[in-house]
Amino acid sequence: MSSTTPRHTALDALHRSLGATMTDFAGWDMPLRYGSERDEHTAVRTRAGLFDLSHMGEITVTGPQAAALLNHALVGNIASVGVGRARYTMICQADGGILDDLIVYRLAETEYMVVANASNAQVVLDALVERAAGFDAEVRDDRDAYALIAVQGPESPGILKSLTDADLDGLKYYAGLPGTVAGVPALIARTGYTGEDGFELFVAPADAERLWQALTEAGAPVGLVPCGLSCRDTLRLEAGMPLYGHELTTSLTPFDAGLGRVVKFEKEGDFVGREALTEAAARAQDNPPRVLVGLVAEGRRIPRAGFPVVAGGEVIGEVTSGAPSPTLGKPIAMAYVDAAHAVPGAPGVGVDIRGTHEPYEVVALPFYKRQK
Amino acid sequence: MSNPQQLRYSKEHEWLSGAEDGVSTVGITEHAANALGDVVFVQLPEVGDTVAAGETCGELESTKSVSDLYSPVDGEITEINEDVVNDPSLVNSAPFEGGWLFKVRVTGEPADLLSADEYTAFSAG
Repeated sequence: MSSTTPRHTALDALHRSLGATMTDFAGWDMPLRYGSERDEHTAVRTRAGLFDLSHMGEITVTGPQAAALLNHALVGNIASVGVGRARYTMICQADGGILDDLIVYRLAETEYMVVANASNAQVVLDALVERAAGFDAEVRDDRDAYALIAVQGPESPGILKSLTDADLDGLKYYAGLPGTVAGVPALIARTGYTGEDGFELFVAPADAERLWQALTEAGAPVGLVPCGLSCRDTLRLEAGMPLYGHELTTSLTPFDAGLGRVVKFEKEGDFVGREALTEAAARAQDNPPRVLVGLVAEGRRIPRAGFPVVAGGEVIGEVTSGAPSPTLGKPIAMAYVDAAHAVPGAPGVGVDIRGTHEPYEVVALPFYKRQK
Repeated sequence: MSNPQQLRYSKEHEWLSGAEDGVSTVGITEHAANALGDVVFVQLPEVGDTVAAGETCGELESTKSVSDLYSPVDGEITEINEDVVNDPSLVNSAPFEGGWLFKVRVTGEPADLLSADEYTAFSAG
């Protein structure tokens, strides 16, 4: 990252007044936690949590060929997404390497909003602009046009209902509709990164504080608390959701990451990475290099990204994310391991934690799935 | 937060109680506990181990990081806090009380231990 001073969201002063511990994340000064990250995690699993995610990068794509451009630039079939719906997808290099994972919202017939990770937003923007050549479509940098506030957890529908007339019951998972929340115009999306039901609200930065305060007040009776990035990480890890820079990198294809389902070869027209991804799909099928698995500790020491996974004294893989799981009460990790050791229950697998081989159980992902 | 006046402090954010029969109690400060976040694993030295001021003698793991534990003095470990091994959250909830880490028979002290007021200024800076 560049060494310039970090950027601040529209809610910066509010975070400080709440006593947040701040951290530099992808060039942004973001709340890491307000109090105990474990309590914040539990609040989202059992009640509700409020997040400032304004660091995420919004890019708007408009024009008669907006759908065709995104079908060419991304690996998913974006043209098939209905108006008011969203899709989890990826943008890859020509060699199939993952540039970023994205959520694309179709706001209108000829208008999409692409939401990129903060760390990759410029890369995604540049790639989309480059790939737009020859298409009748406009790519617009809207990073500064939005603040993003998420309310996540089982109580989140009730909290939001008290502040909006929008039809939340009709708003399915991975859908988004324009509406008004607490008097603030918002794109209301039923998406998230926690493994719980929840909403992400894209609003003008000038309205962010008013919306945050309204959600705080409406959520107080049911135990909503402000939540930082620390618990966001443990929530997504328990839910088995990948994080760019950990489970996803330019040296991996979606097939290597176990997410080949996002690549839609059957869509019309060519797309960036098609040839390489066709080969990667065959390779993953016949001779997978390493497989993404879950690991659950028998002891208490925490595996961290980069720690070697071992079996029989040999290194058989590498941890990509690890943390104490508040829900399981044990350390958990995601790791890429050799296919021979990737089966749940594979014997003798451990993690090398600063020289000590700690025993770990190989499990299928996710670690946690909510009851619907 | 307030740092108890009767304790002394290291620049590695440990506190040291006054000696009783030559034995002092050691823990980490509230400032350090807050900086770590929720502590989830504590590795302490063993009873009988010899420790040296400023040298690592264990580790503290939190959700986000692992940190070395330093001894503020030279000495021999006489007792460790089994409660904090079983429930590391005591480090966060009661860093100066139930979250103490170990007791040490002091054989030598560095010259740069801080008073409560000095540590408060140091940790604010």
